[in-house]
Amino acid sequence: MNIPTIFGICASMLIGLGLYGIIIQDQVLRKLLSFNLVGTGVFLLFGVIGRRGAEGGLGGDPVVFGLVITGIVVAFSATALAVALLIRLHEETGDDTLLDEAPGEEEK
Amino acid sequence: MISSISSDGTLLVFSLVLPVIGMLLAMLTGGRHARTVVLLMLVANVAVASGIITGIWESGQAITYHLGGWSPPLGIELRADGLSAAMMAVTALVSLAAGLYAPAGFRFPPSKGSPALESRMSFVFWFLLSATVAAMNLVFLAQDLFSLYVALELVAFAGVPMVALSGSANTLRAALRYLIFALIGSIFYLLGAVLLYGFYGTLDISLLAGLVEPGPSLWLILAFMTVGLAAKTALFPLHIWLPPAHAGAPPAASALLSALVVKASFFLVVRLWFDVVPGLPSPSASQVLGAMGAGAIMFGGVLALLQARLKLLIAYSTIAQLGYLFLAFPLAFGMGAGFETGPALTGGMFQAMAHAFAKASMFMAAGLIAEAIGHDRIADLGGLGRVLPVTCLAFGIAALSLIGVPPTGGFVAKWILLEVAATSGQWWWAVFLIVGGFLAGGYMFRVIVPALARDVVPPTLIAPVSKFREAVVLVLALLALALGLFSDAPAELLTLGRPPSADVIQP
Repeated sequence: MNIPTIFGICASMLIGLGLYGIIIQDQVLRKLLSFNLVGTGVFLLFGVIGRRGAEGGLGGDPVVFGLVITGIVVAFSATALAVALLIRLHEETGDDTLLDEAPGEEEK
Repeated sequence: MISSISSDGTLLVFSLVLPVIGMLLAMLTGGRHARTVVLLMLVANVAVASGIITGIWESGQAITYHLGGWSPPLGIELRADGLSAAMMAVTALVSLAAGLYAPAGFRFPPSKGSPALESRMSFVFWFLLSATVAAMNLVFLAQDLFSLYVALELVAFAGVPMVALSGSANTLRAALRYLIFALIGSIFYLLGAVLLYGFYGTLDISLLAGLVEPGPSLWLILAFMTVGLAAKTALFPLHIWLPPAHAGAPPAASALLSALVVKASFFLVVRLWFDVVPGLPSPSASQVLGAMGAGAIMFGGVLALLQARLKLLIAYSTIAQLGYLFLAFPLAFGMGAGFETGPALTGGMFQAMAHAFAKASMFMAAGLIAEAIGHDRIADLGGLGRVLPVTCLAFGIAALSLIGVPPTGGFVAKWILLEVAATSGQWWWAVFLIVGGFLAGGYMFRVIVPALARDVVPPTLIAPVSKFREAVVLVLALLALALGLFSDAPAELLTLGRPPSADVIQP
């Protein structure tokens, strides 16, 4: 078993764990952390693929580094947006889950 | 693959740069001038979109532009074919209408209530409106899967705050739920894109189209990406985030979300199935996608029949109407032929365009109704036609298009799909098309029939309705009608500049 394979398996495990967390957890913050776990897994997969695709004495495929950095920025912004919404929700209701949705009737 | 850079390629750059400039200028000038700046930008955007359509129409070919003069796979290519141009035009028109409609709700300075909240709301709306236009244009133009991923995320980042504009607890919940679905959806899409890069060493759509080979790994990748995109399009059974999100947003924002934002991920499914892996999808996989679409038509239709609130009814109708879009995939298999661009895709895209106009008009009409009579309970809408005739007329025309009554755009879309279902021997989709039409008729007439009733006391108006905003809503509904009356030109536009068809790839 070579190194890219080991990291590939790690990446799939991260993705699996993250998905499990997103589905199982009630608290939004935990869902977000799980989402970041999935994201990390996907980025690790990028790294594995970059390593595998390395040619001509390069340590890795430079294209994937560009992609991973962009991906990290996007995932970071997504998390920031979600946390901002969550803080606002907590201020409004004192709740940090999406469970007890108030019935739509009494709104306005 | 023809990749000549046409002289009007700069128009593509304008279509991306203009909305961003509008957005930044609006931020600099602040809330008071944000509206003027953004409206000017939206008008310019309509001009750019029509320029792109003219370019494609006259040359009969796609317009391409290579950023920095670098050609793929190293560089990034922008490419507008008939599909992109048509969707860009729809985006430009609907966003302009939303901008013109919105001022009364998002005017600066605020008339009453909490000044800080109101002015922030108006400011943020203009900002998000420009961001949506920029992101949508990028979705229609980008030609590599990673730029498309970024575009998809930008669409979500513009759409999610729009849901929570009012800042109430319910809309915050709806926005968070939408965001979580959108994030899972795009990470699945990205996973598929990574794997494609790992297998074929490129993310450029036209290069991939020449490289992909059928096999279990490709099916897995396609499944990842399609499921992710379906979650963002609110395809049944991944739709649960949509009704609260679309019904809770302010009317102008609902119109954008329902008419445009969900179409971005649908457009990517089309790109993926028709352009990235042309000719390869198997009939059984497309039947699954069609079955989800059919489920959406039934489920959305029945739930729309049960709603007590007008905005929720319209939101559930969006789920049903999005279902029709996915019927295009199984129907793209003609008689024994492979998966290919053809009338089924034209029908699907027509549905996307007609639904965009009709649904935007309908959400805005519902907004006017709620403002004028102070509620949107369907049970108390009796006699509305007498107090708000123009709004009800617009609502009615939009409803006819959603039901699929000739000669509206919705009729043309459903007729094309029905015809393909008959000629390709897939009669079961015709059943769903027809029953879906009846359901749509049912839930729309629940609103229209009481509204036109003569023998009830009409609801009292608590606020006057601006004639101008009524006119905007009516124009949108008439656009849905015009799409049906003059369907030849758009239908031809959709087929222009498409990549070389599947036979190149097929063994």
